[in-house]
Amino acid sequence: MLTWWRGLSNRRRVRFWRGVSYVVFVVLVGAFLIAVDWPRVIDTMFRPEVVAEQFPDILLIAAKNTIWYTILGFTGGLILGLVLALMRLSQSAPFRWASATYIDVVRGIPLLVWILLIGLGLPIALGVRVPTTYGAGALALSLVMAAYMAETIRAGIEAVDRGQMEAARSLGMSHSKAMVWIILPQAFRLMIPPLTNEFILLLKDTSLVSAIGVTVTTKELTRWGRDGVINSANATPLVVAGLVYLALTIPMTRIVARVEKKAAKSK
Amino acid sequence: MTSAIEIKGLYKSFGDLEVLKGIDFRVAMGEVVCVIGPSGSGKSTLLRCVNRLEEATSGTILIEGEDITDPDTDTDAVRRKIGIVFQRFNLFNHMSVLDNVTIAQRKVLGRSKEEAERIGLENLEKVGVGEKVDVFPRRLSGGQQQRVAIARALSMEPDMMLFDEATSALDPELVGEVLSVMRTLAEEGMTMLVVTHEIGFAKGVADRVVFMDEGVVVEDGPPSKVLVDPDHERTRTFLRMVLEGE
Repeated sequence: MLTWWRGLSNRRRVRFWRGVSYVVFVVLVGAFLIAVDWPRVIDTMFRPEVVAEQFPDILLIAAKNTIWYTILGFTGGLILGLVLALMRLSQSAPFRWASATYIDVVRGIPLLVWILLIGLGLPIALGVRVPTTYGAGALALSLVMAAYMAETIRAGIEAVDRGQMEAARSLGMSHSKAMVWIILPQAFRLMIPPLTNEFILLLKDTSLVSAIGVTVTTKELTRWGRDGVINSANATPLVVAGLVYLALTIPMTRIVARVEKKAAKSK
Repeated sequence: MTSAIEIKGLYKSFGDLEVLKGIDFRVAMGEVVCVIGPSGSGKSTLLRCVNRLEEATSGTILIEGEDITDPDTDTDAVRRKIGIVFQRFNLFNHMSVLDNVTIAQRKVLGRSKEEAERIGLENLEKVGVGEKVDVFPRRLSGGQQQRVAIARALSMEPDMMLFDEATSALDPELVGEVLSVMRTLAEEGMTMLVVTHEIGFAKGVADRVVFMDEGVVVEDGPPSKVLVDPDHERTRTFLRMVLEGE
């Protein structure tokens, strides 16, 4: 046996191992397919009448709320993130220091903890509830996203050639005019691919909002699925919720890939 | 008469590296001064100090008699008087050619869109790129980009123009078109401070040539003297090396 192995050329050895890995793969998949009790799996995770029950409310309420949380968190994060990024790049040390501290502290603690703190801790501590339907969740998402986006925005601003700022200042523009008219428009173009990526990550992270109290009308997809599981003693609602996430994220991932390709080309 | 630019005892260091070691010279109104010298001699730094892209370490720089090294000086106001053309053009890449030459007019001088476009177009035509108004900078050749950059500076109607190796980044066949625009400007009486490697241009256009080496002005005089019969060996060596290359 050993002499037979030694006698093989390198290419044949590679082929041999490839053959082995195919066989192992087929055996494992086959074993899985045979071992699983399919009628039961389908009955508990994808029961057709429970799937049918989910619609249309899972789209009209849960998916709509997920999208709202995403848009609110993204917009809030973008605005606050821009402020933080500009502070980080500021000439004044206290601004830089405050911004750096905020970014480090916020990013160093899990998003779920922030959501719980703002949704549950804040009302207890201050006796105030963040008003409006999406308030607490959207606020937590905005505050945390801002810290991540600040770094993206800063990188975008720093990626704009230094000569652009020099040319703008040489024409007599103030620093802020140069930022608004010359630097930021070019920086945002560079930031579109990373920001779109963050948008998708945020869309999935909105599921953490399910941890704080929500009313029937403000349930997002994960909470919808979870409550569905509890009510129907069946995992189907959560599976359907997962599929709705997929229906949202996959097209967006494709769009990002295209945007990135385009951006790379125009360089 | 006040000088356009007057530099007294200018020192500039980057950390431990002393780039300018006591520069004194002046540019009179309407004068064209070419600064030549080996790379690393500090000539670009000198130019950048003149409109405060670099902060002088010590010394004074007077622009039309106003000391711009004074911290109370309104830097933006001083810069409006000074047009600058960079080696790497630095056109605004996200804007059309016309927007490039109008944005500062509108945002800094507060001119109306119509007036800014009229003045911008005039200058674009003057530098010979009047038909490129809607094009984006990246679609232009280096020579065309640099001419747009000149038109952009001229549209602010500056009192003087600085050129920082304006032709060094260009393909050889494109150098001529930019130099001829610069020559026209000089003939019209524009005050110009030109850092250049183009000895021919300096010889033909400059009223005075300044030779810099290792952060000091080695020689300062009319081109017929500095470029033909310099006093210093360093100048002679430099000229020999540059002219051999041509």
